[in-house]
Amino acid sequence: MATALEKPPVVAERTPTARPRSGMRKYWHLYAAISPFYLLFLAFGLVPVGFSLYLSFHRWDGLGSMEWAGLSQYRYLLSDSDFWSSIGTTLIIWALATFPMIFLAMVTAVMLNSAVRFKNVYRFAYFLPNVTSVVAIAIVFGSVFSTNFGLVNALLQAVGLDQVAWLNTPWGIKVAIATLMTWQWTGYNAIIFLAGLQTVPSELYEAARVDGANPVQTFFRITLPLLRPTLLFVLVVSTVTGLQSFTEAQVLLQNTSNDSTFSGGPGHAGRTMVLYFFQQTFDNNDFGYGAAVAWGIFLVVVIFSIINWRLVRRRGED
Amino acid sequence: MASIQDTKRPKGIRGTRGRGVALHAVLVAGLLLSAFPFYWAVIMSTHTSTEIFSYPPKLLPGPHFLRNVRALFDNVDFFGSMLNSLLVAGSVTVLVLFFDSLAAFVFAKFHFPGRRLLFGLLMLIFMVPTQLAIIPQFVMMARIGWIGSMTALIVPAAANAFGIFWMRQYMRSAIHDELLDASRIDGAHFLRQYWHVALPVVRPGLAFLGIFTFMGQWNDYAWPLVALTNPDNVTLQVALSQLNGVHGTTDYGMVMTGALLALVPLLIVFAIGAKQIIGDLGKGAIR
Repeated sequence: MATALEKPPVVAERTPTARPRSGMRKYWHLYAAISPFYLLFLAFGLVPVGFSLYLSFHRWDGLGSMEWAGLSQYRYLLSDSDFWSSIGTTLIIWALATFPMIFLAMVTAVMLNSAVRFKNVYRFAYFLPNVTSVVAIAIVFGSVFSTNFGLVNALLQAVGLDQVAWLNTPWGIKVAIATLMTWQWTGYNAIIFLAGLQTVPSELYEAARVDGANPVQTFFRITLPLLRPTLLFVLVVSTVTGLQSFTEAQVLLQNTSNDSTFSGGPGHAGRTMVLYFFQQTFDNNDFGYGAAVAWGIFLVVVIFSIINWRLVRRRGED
Repeated sequence: MASIQDTKRPKGIRGTRGRGVALHAVLVAGLLLSAFPFYWAVIMSTHTSTEIFSYPPKLLPGPHFLRNVRALFDNVDFFGSMLNSLLVAGSVTVLVLFFDSLAAFVFAKFHFPGRRLLFGLLMLIFMVPTQLAIIPQFVMMARIGWIGSMTALIVPAAANAFGIFWMRQYMRSAIHDELLDASRIDGAHFLRQYWHVALPVVRPGLAFLGIFTFMGQWNDYAWPLVALTNPDNVTLQVALSQLNGVHGTTDYGMVMTGALLALVPLLIVFAIGAKQIIGDLGKGAIR
């Protein structure tokens, strides 16, 4: 599979007489073939993104006329404690979901890599949570974490512990959302780690065994270093998607407030950044401020992706 | 068969029988955790709300599934919204497969001025977060009258950077240049090459992209939630969310039945394409 991968394409170079500059007439069909994506992006990507930048310097309720606001939306954003607390909420949920998820996914992948029987059955079953719709599964998790009749509380009661008002307390809400995410993404990432593990040559393990290394040493000295590119991929993808989480919290907590389905639950404890963006935009019809919030979210995601990238890379270089 | 399995066994990990049993015990526990919410949905959708609210919780399926299904169909246009979801996910999948594979074919196998620049741009676009565009998209589509209709969901999704990138990687190795050369000598023009040479070879890749696109569209929620402003004409995910929002605290059995039934088409698609998806997902990540 890998041998043919880097082979340079030769087709178009078969006619060396034609200079690339002879231009549009010669290549028009190629440009036409790739144009749909770029046209769609122009109409539904570039223009909207440019417009949202423009919008963030204005005040607009979506109906009346736009009013120039200069930098005041951004100035307000920086001083908006609700926005800052939504960043905190998002990061806490992200951390609560991502670290257990990566740990569990790695352990699962290592185990799957050494188990031969039923490997495909396990892979199928572990991947299943990821193909389900978040809306449906958030409804299910809502009932699992329900204060009055939820399964988690029933279990706590059965072993004699106090019940927890999961969807009513700041930490309960975050734990419930993070549990949902961990459940949905652990298997998916385990499959990715497994693919990474299968590129590790078995001679390395053989050599480690001959040298008398125990499984823990083998994991930290061989498996983990070689898995670093995969870990980087998983971490960056989890950061980008995790920091933009919306559906989990929205569906789990939409019943908890009478005036907004984007409230994020009691005390806004589950109000992620994107949830806050939706609330400002579509509940308050504050399109100008909503646009500024969207750019703020974009910046936060970029910053944290870069931080993750550097952390994982530097550790590898040591 | 036993001998084949023995040769597959990685050399370093020829553990004792006891270790193997422990390993499978942990793996099965993980499997049960993965499957449990589905089982829980089945249990809740087969009980009445009164039973659900009682203690101790029911752990086995009950007899009230049909009652819940009837309540569900009385309260939402379940099949209408399912048809909407099928329409959206189906047409987006067909469009994406066509546009993405055509563009990927060009990027994988042809040289033309601006190729590197255009492909670099594509990768950049890949990283633009969607919510930056949501407000203007909403405003634009309200102007041209697409808000409230499925067009608002289908057209913007008809081609995407991920699919082009992924298919390009796939086509670079899967389509042999000799094959293209031969067809060129036979006088095949560009579209014929695409249709008769490229597509048949990359069918597994198309299957992967198609299934992934379909599932992604089927599950899409944030944009449909704001774009479909007529509550009677929505996709299944939005309908489910409405059901949960309005009836969530009263008729849990019915809401859970809706959640369960909404998963069925997905599970069917996944069962058909599971091998493809799980195999190719790994390939994409470690490439």
